[in-house]
Amino acid sequence: MERVLDAIKGKAEQAEIFEVSTQIVPVHFEANRLKQIQSKESSSVALRIFKDGRVGFAFGRGVDDVKNLIDMAVETAPFGPSANFEFPSSNDYPDVAVFDSEIPIITMEQMVELGKQLIAKVREHTPELLCDVEVTKGVSSVHLVNSQGGEARWDKSLFSINLEGVLMKGTDMLFVGDSDSSCRFFTDIDILANRIITQLELAKSKAATSTKQLPIIFTPRGVASVLLAPLMLAFSGKAVLEGTSWLKDKLGERVFDSKLTIWDDATLPYRPGSCPCDGEGIPSQRIPLIAKGEVANFLYDLQTAALSAKKSTGSGRRSGDRPPAPNISSVVIEVGEDRFEDMLKDMKEGLIVEQLMGAEQGNLLSGDFSGNVLLGYKVANGNIVGRVKDTMVSGNVYQVLKEIIGVGNEARWVDEIFLVPHLYCPRLSVVTRT
Amino acid sequence: MREQFTDILSKCNADYVEIRFEQNQTTQISYRGGKLEEISRTCSSGGNIRALVKGGWGFACFNSGDKLDDYVELAVKQAKLACGEGFTLPSKEPIMDIVEVPVKDNATDTPLVKKKQLFDEYNDIMLTSPQIQDSRIGYQDVNRKVIFANSEGSYIEQDKPDLTLRVTAIARRNGEIQQAGLSLGSVGDFSAIENLHDEVKEVAKRAAALLHAPQVKGDEYTVVLDPIIAGVFAHEAFGHLSEADFVYQNEPLRQVMVLGKRFGGKHLNIVDDATIPGLRGSYRYDDEGMLATKTYLIHEGALVGRLHSRETAARMGETPTGNARAINYLFPPIVRMTNTFIEPGGTSFEEMLGEIKDGVYVRDWYGGTTSLEMFTFSAGEAYMIRDGKLAELLRPVVLTGNVFVTLGNIDTIGNDLGMNQGGGCGKGGQSPLPVSNGSPHIRIRHCVIGGR
Repeated sequence: MERVLDAIKGKAEQAEIFEVSTQIVPVHFEANRLKQIQSKESSSVALRIFKDGRVGFAFGRGVDDVKNLIDMAVETAPFGPSANFEFPSSNDYPDVAVFDSEIPIITMEQMVELGKQLIAKVREHTPELLCDVEVTKGVSSVHLVNSQGGEARWDKSLFSINLEGVLMKGTDMLFVGDSDSSCRFFTDIDILANRIITQLELAKSKAATSTKQLPIIFTPRGVASVLLAPLMLAFSGKAVLEGTSWLKDKLGERVFDSKLTIWDDATLPYRPGSCPCDGEGIPSQRIPLIAKGEVANFLYDLQTAALSAKKSTGSGRRSGDRPPAPNISSVVIEVGEDRFEDMLKDMKEGLIVEQLMGAEQGNLLSGDFSGNVLLGYKVANGNIVGRVKDTMVSGNVYQVLKEIIGVGNEARWVDEIFLVPHLYCPRLSVVTRT
Repeated sequence: MREQFTDILSKCNADYVEIRFEQNQTTQISYRGGKLEEISRTCSSGGNIRALVKGGWGFACFNSGDKLDDYVELAVKQAKLACGEGFTLPSKEPIMDIVEVPVKDNATDTPLVKKKQLFDEYNDIMLTSPQIQDSRIGYQDVNRKVIFANSEGSYIEQDKPDLTLRVTAIARRNGEIQQAGLSLGSVGDFSAIENLHDEVKEVAKRAAALLHAPQVKGDEYTVVLDPIIAGVFAHEAFGHLSEADFVYQNEPLRQVMVLGKRFGGKHLNIVDDATIPGLRGSYRYDDEGMLATKTYLIHEGALVGRLHSRETAARMGETPTGNARAINYLFPPIVRMTNTFIEPGGTSFEEMLGEIKDGVYVRDWYGGTTSLEMFTFSAGEAYMIRDGKLAELLRPVVLTGNVFVTLGNIDTIGNDLGMNQGGGCGKGGQSPLPVSNGSPHIRIRHCVIGGR
């Protein structure tokens, strides 16, 4: 990397090099059978330069030709955004544990065994279930250097197990599934298996619902996919700066139910979303987003922060071959006091939503969502009576989160990056086929 | 290179081995509002080995081909560990070919300054339109050169250029935000996205108009789909069900997708065709080195075909269709669509509307997903239909339903086929894959539209 920095001297005012090498081994089961084992090696270099006051960017994967990379960055610079910030000279970062030395030595055979156990356990409950399972381990090394003396270096490991199951009867299909992930190796597959068995159990019978406004309990998976994913877009400093965030002028205002407290935290030990610093070398921290219903902060990278007269929150995340942009790390909703059983008991007629299909396709900026219930259950007089089908649930994230009846007292990790409890919402629009 | 590959592949202790080596160059440009927000150039090179042993696959990808023998050994070891119930891959005559794709105005060679000037013009048009306060432009061109060789002796070099442009206008009023967009693409031809100033102006007008539009009441309607969203329906709702990798190990789904089964009226024909020149889903050979084909999925209302890789065709005893594709060397090929469309019928758009007392006309799309039998797709724009005529503009709507029921409910097919080149398909973590889809206007009875 030093040789790249040397080669740039004289060609640019400032430079930053972000190098990643990864090794990932996914073991893939299809329709209950071991199907494919992969090994993926990849190394990449991202180069960002300031030239004549503008930012140039180039990315190379598996490319040794430093000169070509520099030429590409120089070529883009005249068209790039203006360089309104400095690369940080920091070298001092919090200790964030994200590497487990056991992961590099796990064998493919061990991973195959775990996958087999998981499938066997779930099919003990429902033998006809067709499971696709992926057991994945990964290790990556990151090295960041810039011309201002800043440097960061860390190793990260990842282990995850994902199951997607389909149960077919005629043309009726039931989709179940869940996943667990950590930077640490784990062998306990019972929690994951039991969550899927619960889904299968609750979906055993079918129930009809009606077209009207109904209360809904979102499970942690439902909260993450339907509510949290679109909500997080509004916390991007970029969306705020451009004025597209629904929250742009609401900093410090109480926009949400006072039972709602949410933060972003890149320092949580052994979480895939964690790291000692962001993709630009700004130390990781915990950032309150919603404090008792009040909008507390937005997320910034260096460039957006400079344009907004703010400080970077250490949220400059890199994805694939793109330059850093503000994004979440791990998002946590603070647990409340309500037991799931009590929320359920309170409900005369309503739905439990685990997954909505197509919810992410609506007008995300406005918060509107509308999706078909892929996995959800009807509740009547405090009891789950069966699975609902052919049913659309529609609402607006900001309206839904303005008034919440209950926040669950237990949270779990969903999709690697969301730690969330159940949320009990008073009314959403439900449309069903008659 | 060819001799090196042949030498390595011929020594392997596996039923089948292939190597794919690629060199890619990408340019990405994005605008947010008036500003060019991001511009980047990317180059990537690397390859992979895929090995088959008694039905189990091993796959190893790498950046540097220096230790090719080691990767071959690793992939074979993985395949042996994954092996189980075998299947026999019917052997194939080796193919030797070098495919160059002629591009009229190659985007990779187009200077950045010319690209920027065009997008600045489009952006100015949007941002100077009434009530438009923001805009987005996302552009990407890719030049992909792929070398493929396998243990049967095939050796193929192919160019796979691609280009996409998405233009979005965002209108805002009193805290309300609405947007409209245009998705375009071509086989690496920059001139395909030039001179669209009028269309861009229209996008801005549509976004502004949505601010004043009411929300539709959620209910069942007779719905007319424009070629864009009907194409999304053909791809998402039905096309994915025709991918044999979903079907072959799933006995109940196999029962549903039995060839010969009737899914729609005699007027319904759905095709996947990778051989049409100039469309983004087209190619000469797929990523298993199989010749591209035109495949009828539904013919005169009946299921007549599905999309195959070599493996799924062998396992189901059907003919391979050359539909195994990978987005790049980091992924193994899987069964994918190419250019998927509903063939035109004989009814004009006006005739189609004329018979509807109370319905909804939906246009354009935000996206669509499917979970086999169930689909949802989002229309970017919608209008009420009253007494056979288009009436007021509505807020964007989401349509949902069961694909089998919905195919049967298509009662009229228009005469105005349109292909949408702006799409990208995602499956198995591989996204976006260049595809196109299309349809004429179609009419569907009893379609559920979500609202409040």
